[in-house]
Amino acid sequence: MTSSQSNRLDTGGLIDRSQPLNFRFDGKTFSGFQGDTLASALVANGVKLVGRSFKYHRPRGILTAGSEEPNALVELRTGARREPNTKATTAELYEGLDAASQNRWPSLAFDVMSVNQLFAPIFVAGFYYKTFMWPAKFWEAIYEPAIRRAAGLGRAAGVADPDHYDKAWAHCDVLIAGSGPSGLAAAVAAGRTGARVILCEEDFALGGRLLSDGGTIDGMPAADWLSRTQAELAAMPDVRIMTRTTLFGVYDGGTYGAVERINDHLPSPPEHQVRQRLWRIVAKRCVVAAGALERPIVFAGNDTPGVMMASAMRTYIARYAAAPARRVALFTNNEDGWRTVGAALGAGLQVAAVIDARAEISAEHRSLASKGGFPVLHGSVSGIDGGKNGVRKISVSLTGGARAEVEADGLAVSGGWNPAVGLTSYHRGRPKWRDDIAAFVPDGAPPGMVAAGAANGAFGLGACLREGFAAGAAAARDAGHGSGSGATPVADDEAFSLAPLWHVAGKGKAFVDQQHDVTASDIELAQREGFESVEHLKRYTTLGMATDQGKTSNVAGLAIMAAVNGKSIPETGTTIYRPPYVPVAIGAFAGHHRDENFHATRLTPSHHWAAEQGAIFVDTGLWKRAQWYPRTGEKDWLESVTREVKAVRGGVGFCDVSTLGKIDVHGADAGAFLDRVYINTFSNLAVGKARYGLMLREDGIVYDDGTTSRLAEDHYFLTTTTAKAGLVMQHLEFCRQVLFPELDVQLTSVSDQWAQFSIAGPRTRDLLKEIVDPSEDLSNEGFPFMGAREVALRGGIRARLFRISFSGEMAFEISVPARYGEAMARNLMIAGKPFGVTPYGTEALGVMRIEKGHVAGPELSGTTTAADLGLGKMMSTKKDFIGRVMAGREALVAADRQVVVGIKPIDKARRLRSGAHIIPKGETPGPDNDQGYVTSVCFSPTSDQWIGLALVERGRERIGEIVHAHDPLRGEDYDVEICNPVFYDPDGGRQRG
Amino acid sequence: MRITCPFCGERELGEFTYLGDAKPVRPAPGASQDEVYDYVYLRDNVAGAMEENWYHGGGCRAWLRVTRNTLTHEISSVEPAAGAGARQVVK
Ligand SMILES: [Zn+2]
Repeated sequence: MTSSQSNRLDTGGLIDRSQPLNFRFDGKTFSGFQGDTLASALVANGVKLVGRSFKYHRPRGILTAGSEEPNALVELRTGARREPNTKATTAELYEGLDAASQNRWPSLAFDVMSVNQLFAPIFVAGFYYKTFMWPAKFWEAIYEPAIRRAAGLGRAAGVADPDHYDKAWAHCDVLIAGSGPSGLAAAVAAGRTGARVILCEEDFALGGRLLSDGGTIDGMPAADWLSRTQAELAAMPDVRIMTRTTLFGVYDGGTYGAVERINDHLPSPPEHQVRQRLWRIVAKRCVVAAGALERPIVFAGNDTPGVMMASAMRTYIARYAAAPARRVALFTNNEDGWRTVGAALGAGLQVAAVIDARAEISAEHRSLASKGGFPVLHGSVSGIDGGKNGVRKISVSLTGGARAEVEADGLAVSGGWNPAVGLTSYHRGRPKWRDDIAAFVPDGAPPGMVAAGAANGAFGLGACLREGFAAGAAAARDAGHGSGSGATPVADDEAFSLAPLWHVAGKGKAFVDQQHDVTASDIELAQREGFESVEHLKRYTTLGMATDQGKTSNVAGLAIMAAVNGKSIPETGTTIYRPPYVPVAIGAFAGHHRDENFHATRLTPSHHWAAEQGAIFVDTGLWKRAQWYPRTGEKDWLESVTREVKAVRGGVGFCDVSTLGKIDVHGADAGAFLDRVYINTFSNLAVGKARYGLMLREDGIVYDDGTTSRLAEDHYFLTTTTAKAGLVMQHLEFCRQVLFPELDVQLTSVSDQWAQFSIAGPRTRDLLKEIVDPSEDLSNEGFPFMGAREVALRGGIRARLFRISFSGEMAFEISVPARYGEAMARNLMIAGKPFGVTPYGTEALGVMRIEKGHVAGPELSGTTTAADLGLGKMMSTKKDFIGRVMAGREALVAADRQVVVGIKPIDKARRLRSGAHIIPKGETPGPDNDQGYVTSVCFSPTSDQWIGLALVERGRERIGEIVHAHDPLRGEDYDVEICNPVFYDPDGGRQRG
Repeated sequence: MRITCPFCGERELGEFTYLGDAKPVRPAPGASQDEVYDYVYLRDNVAGAMEENWYHGGGCRAWLRVTRNTLTHEISSVEPAAGAGARQVVK
């Protein structure tokens, strides 16, 4: 197997050589080992070219070994699971992995679009703004599609995600981000106090830089200390280690966001398992031990495949036993970069030269160079000779002005380290500059959060352990736990020496942000054009706005900006840091809330019975309601609905109206309370009676309506519309608790406790007699219109019976405990058989309410007053109520307001549609003569034509006038007559009968 | 954000609904239109500690008077509304 892995080292690494894995990249088959990432496996196979760049389609290789990677982005998997912009550096290798490079056409090696490089001047900073200014219509037709094809990253799958995602909560005392030496020391210190600890590690293995750099801790090799520490943590019952989990954000009140990639390391999630889980973690304290990111030095050709961060090169060599190059050069401005020389020599690789920007190097390194037989060149890399096949030759500007060339096939670069200040800065904390390490360190972290170790600018191994341990102990103590036992782990601190160097002037493109193809000269251009603030610089050049959020580019970018502005780096400052730290799939945020589970579904008590009847259901809010009940032979919904209406008007029908909001109002002041929330009076309602009520908002606009019954002296039963059920409850609780706490009243939501049915039609009483206990008097005298009381049903169940009518027919509404709802529907069908009982749905309900001119949702639109609805006379003048004063405002009582009227088409065969505008007859429609609109329409079986309700300016004065209905959306124009909104039984004799 | 409900304990933001400034007091019956207008529409745009009405609809349905710093979201106090809680009738 190894034979095909040309750059795999013979020994070493944390890979499992007994588990070879085959994978495909751009259609070619390769092999790697368990423990590889896709990037390390590509390195092991000598693959240097992994992608083309965003704007110029330049060949790019692997720059880093972590989630900061700007270049090695691939489309991972195929078909519905294809995911673009996946970092090869964090994608774990699995058997059969299939990845494709992005942004190249027709192939990675030969990319037609790389001619963009020849047109580079048009792709400079701000090119979108400058080049594609106008004509505006060219944007959609030409510019945008062309830009999207040429520039842009991977392709989305284009079909629904087949995987499942989960969301979960976790709570702990101490949350730790990162499992390097600082994070592990913090976990041990906190865990030993008995605190509840959660440690999140992005990688699949714990250890952070220890996995690549080793070292000696407590007198033992780092690997041994790592095993011992993992064992200690595993034995602590309240310590939870979460690998493959990135802490991506911090929110108010100590809430953190994390994404756990549970099954991304497998070809697809095992059956019934989720792919990823989004965690919301509530922590009393948080220790950010997220480490630091090595930063590049910007020089011409720094994006050539084979140029790699020095620490990444060590990682590939030491952790993955994969050699990124055979003959390595190092360009460093600091001591730490030299560790790569040691790693390369240790692995038997050649070191071509070290280019060190510092004036002096240590005696130890001088002797290493002489033993290794390579020169140390004091100076900087000024250019790269190479291309898609990698680095060939490196040009060096020596201190003093001379030039040199180095032949090598790989260049490790170290410009120093930037603490990972993301998490600590997400609450607008501005990191502060530390001159001694030439880096920003956290400042202004959110409450309860501290940074430790490299994330805090402490780069030595010993310092990381000390800071981590101290921070973990302090966090546990602050979270209420006593001190723990055990000593701080001990290690030496490496020497620190760094000469800041950000940018080497030279010929050719020098990239700052490799993912967005932003060069040093783009920054200089932006500055010349006046974009001097870092926030402007960022947006004008798009520096740091790619999927890597500029992890390797931001600091270098603002250092270059500072230099051209002649300011210091701290004066220039950083941009605002925002979560997420790594891209998080939208699917993870959605979790299981997709498709039919997007929101909860509420079923009416008679739902299953209605489904048996073949009902068609409609979504109203969370509810599924029976819309109509089609019968065999009916050709469309209109035929079914018309039959249902006729059956009710001619006999008897019933409808589940349990979706209405239902509230029990108890207390000595229940009546007084209702007087304040309704425009009409309820305190004088007799026990055993119901009354229609209308509620306003405090601004005088109608809020909701419904029927409220008085069941006892101190007990009312209030109903709301379906749509406002929850909101009215909230509003009434506000009135009770905040506005009128002096009233003795309690509210209980009983919406789910009662199944309620409307039974309507001239034969209602015949049907009810079969249901209600014979001892109950249902006669017009014994149970008159608007009567309401508890009754016994045959069989002993207690029910609430209300003689109210929405349909205009003789009707009752009956409430039974919800668990009897389905049985009630079945019994109504059985008992009603002799009378031809017909179940009806919300459509027929709507038809009958329009025929009766009753207002509903379309008229209670949040813009109408009681008077607009024709209910102005209900407003009591003898009491205060919510909305009373504001309802009297000039504009709300103006004579020319749009009010509810009926309309019918002049052409009796015409179908009406809601939304049509009302225009005076003979005038050309326009905003100036728009006098209202059609709110509700239906085909009225009773009138044998379409009818509607409309809000029309001065409508009540215009009964009989012919106006024009203008429907530009549907391209319809026709005349309608304004009429009384009550089309059916205007004197109400039928409902009182 | 997390709010410690006096009845339910510390709960997550999603359980609560925000209404806004708790300072304005509903004018007594008979107040002028101008007074009611101010009550309905005029709000201070506070940068700092602000008393607000929050509803624990996902829990006990109590209305709460929450003092929140609008700059930091730090919550310094949570009090039940005068009429919140069962049997707590203010006479
Ligand atoms: Zn509560």
